[in-house]
Amino acid sequence: MAAIENLQLNAQGKLQHFLSIEGLDQSLLTEILDTAESFAEVSKQSVKKIPLLRGKTIVNLFFENSTRTRATFELAATRLSADILSMNIATSATSKGESLLDTIRNMEAMQVDMFVVRHSLSGAPHFIAQHVADHISVINAGDGQHEHPTQAMLDMFTIRQVKQQFAGLRVAIVGDILHSRVARSQIHALNILGAEEVRVIAPKTLLPTDVESLGVSVFNDLDNGLKNVDVIIMLRLQKERMNSALLPSESEYFKCFGLSDERLKIANSDAIVMHPGPINRGVEISSSVADGPQSVILQQVSNGIAVRMAVMSMAMRNNEGGE
Amino acid sequence: MNIEIINGRLIDPASHLDKLGSLYISAGKIVGVLNAPEGFQAEHTIDAQAQVVCPGFVDLATHLREPGQTHKASIQSETQAAASAGFTSLCMPPDTNPVIDTAAVVELINDKAEQAGYPHIYPIAALTRGLAGKELSSMYSLKQAGCIAVSHAQAPIQSLLILRRAMEYAATHDLLLIYVPQEQALINNGCAHEGAMASQYGLPSIPVAAETIALMQCIELIELTGCRVHFRGLSCARSVVLIQKAKQAGLAITADIAMHHLHLIDTDMPPYDSSYHVLPPLRSADDRDALIKAVQEGVIDSICSDHQPHDVDAKLGAFPETEAGISSLETVLPLMLRLVAAKDLQLIEGIAKLSSAPARTLGIEAGTLAVGVVADVCIFDPEKEWQINSSTWQSRGWNTPYWHTMMQGKVTQTIQAGKVIFSE
Repeated sequence: MAAIENLQLNAQGKLQHFLSIEGLDQSLLTEILDTAESFAEVSKQSVKKIPLLRGKTIVNLFFENSTRTRATFELAATRLSADILSMNIATSATSKGESLLDTIRNMEAMQVDMFVVRHSLSGAPHFIAQHVADHISVINAGDGQHEHPTQAMLDMFTIRQVKQQFAGLRVAIVGDILHSRVARSQIHALNILGAEEVRVIAPKTLLPTDVESLGVSVFNDLDNGLKNVDVIIMLRLQKERMNSALLPSESEYFKCFGLSDERLKIANSDAIVMHPGPINRGVEISSSVADGPQSVILQQVSNGIAVRMAVMSMAMRNNEGGE
Repeated sequence: MNIEIINGRLIDPASHLDKLGSLYISAGKIVGVLNAPEGFQAEHTIDAQAQVVCPGFVDLATHLREPGQTHKASIQSETQAAASAGFTSLCMPPDTNPVIDTAAVVELINDKAEQAGYPHIYPIAALTRGLAGKELSSMYSLKQAGCIAVSHAQAPIQSLLILRRAMEYAATHDLLLIYVPQEQALINNGCAHEGAMASQYGLPSIPVAAETIALMQCIELIELTGCRVHFRGLSCARSVVLIQKAKQAGLAITADIAMHHLHLIDTDMPPYDSSYHVLPPLRSADDRDALIKAVQEGVIDSICSDHQPHDVDAKLGAFPETEAGISSLETVLPLMLRLVAAKDLQLIEGIAKLSSAPARTLGIEAGTLAVGVVADVCIFDPEKEWQINSSTWQSRGWNTPYWHTMMQGKVTQTIQAGKVIFSE
């Protein structure tokens, strides 16, 4: 299978666009995590700003609505001293009939240095990276059902914070794998970083075809799937799934795949519970688990800023020939 | 004009001819094969030394984009591409704008074909008015206007009841139905084969069942209605099994496949390369292998181009939003020769799939080099190497996965109704 890696890496093999976890190697993912660690310190200081990207212009191109991802990218850019402009294109240009390429050309003409792209179609950031001027970096902030690599990296960062290493870890990803770009990125990241086993737990209606080929073991039963697990990642269940005959009801979903206190006991006693947010309490996870001692959900949010700072600074640096 | 083609390797699948010799043409017809008719005086001689002389190719689906989409291509531009690729008869699916559902549109297309100097275009009539899938088109009037078949292209039909009645009505007027088996509900806005590749790239996917279910339903309706049906553009191994069973049961059906489905598979696509976006989607290696076998065994009768030229903008964007289709007339011959080189087909079989077989399906006098038939002839150099690029490509649509690829085998002359319509 042809890989995306060539487009993501510059001639020296360094990250210049961040489009997908797939195609990157362990040393590069570790470099992102290590860089993020140094930035995590910045956020703890009273002056939360370093001049690394001063004079650089970053544009958030959000073709699909998002509050939190956009906010953390904005904060990450601000803390690196870059100028950031957020464009909510879902409600502007494309509704006027402008093509993706025209939107990009217009933004490019404003002398920007980086695009952070979220799009409802798989492959859109890849397309943009192929067509932008050489000096512009593209960061994928979530494309269709493909990948959401910065989310996966902040999840890896959180796992490493708590568990120190990936070797020997069993990780279960529970919920709507089919529509989840987060799950795809997590699966690749966990496998590249050397996790012992990655499991997906979902009803057959929410699993992609040949999902095993991504490097996971498949469970249709939560109780079996949670046995001996060290990390549980719950995915958000979108309400649309009920209208398209993928699931009968939220309550039945919670009965089968919702994470309750009792269910949590099946996993290893020191298992952590993660969720990319936003949470549907009582649908995929009970409040007592989400707010309980094993939950690291808010830690994930804090880590999002450091990881995005890491990715932005690395891509920006590597796209200028190591300036 | 009297034309003689000398020194060529004459291949005519319909008469099992494969011999070195000459072909003689007069007044638009073939008047001699191997032997000149008495008193024949050539006004024009073509030396086909080291070349193959065979029937002009007959295409079961060529989207010419006119009327309605002349920003993509035109009858003028695409018939030139067809002539340069050895095609002398083209079936034009009805999904033009306006749709081919009135005699006026048929006449318009015929006029344009005359102006383009390429008379052998067969406009295929819409099965339902406006291809809306609700009301019957005026099939009898369309037949009178010259349509030899009806089709629904890739448009959905509202219900099986409508399809049943349309098939009964087509059978009433002895019209062939060219049916593209696609169940829209299962396609569900998909754009890639349902398999590991689509899962990896997160592309909305199309299961094989989207094709096989539509195919099975239509086969049952053939039993019910007696309509003559040709199945267009199959893509998977399961479809081959169904076609074979129906043929063994004695149903008078035929089937074709687009040439690219005999070569490309889903995993050939570089990430999100829209030139690989086609419907039905490129499927698995197993599917492709079963399709090649089905062509060898005659379960699939014909190979067509399913030519779909696009403008640049149609293919510029995130993969799922780009338009499906490959500009493919000009790669048909070299890709057929690749099958021959790989020993998947004999040369005479490959030519049959492109000429005598589709002509037989359509019931037209074409696809053979017999004395007395219209002189549609293709002459090609099977060894000639060429690169696909802007200077060698004729179609207005550059949307091919083979752009900049080296190909072997090139048409040197094309004769339609005794007239040279392409000469290199």
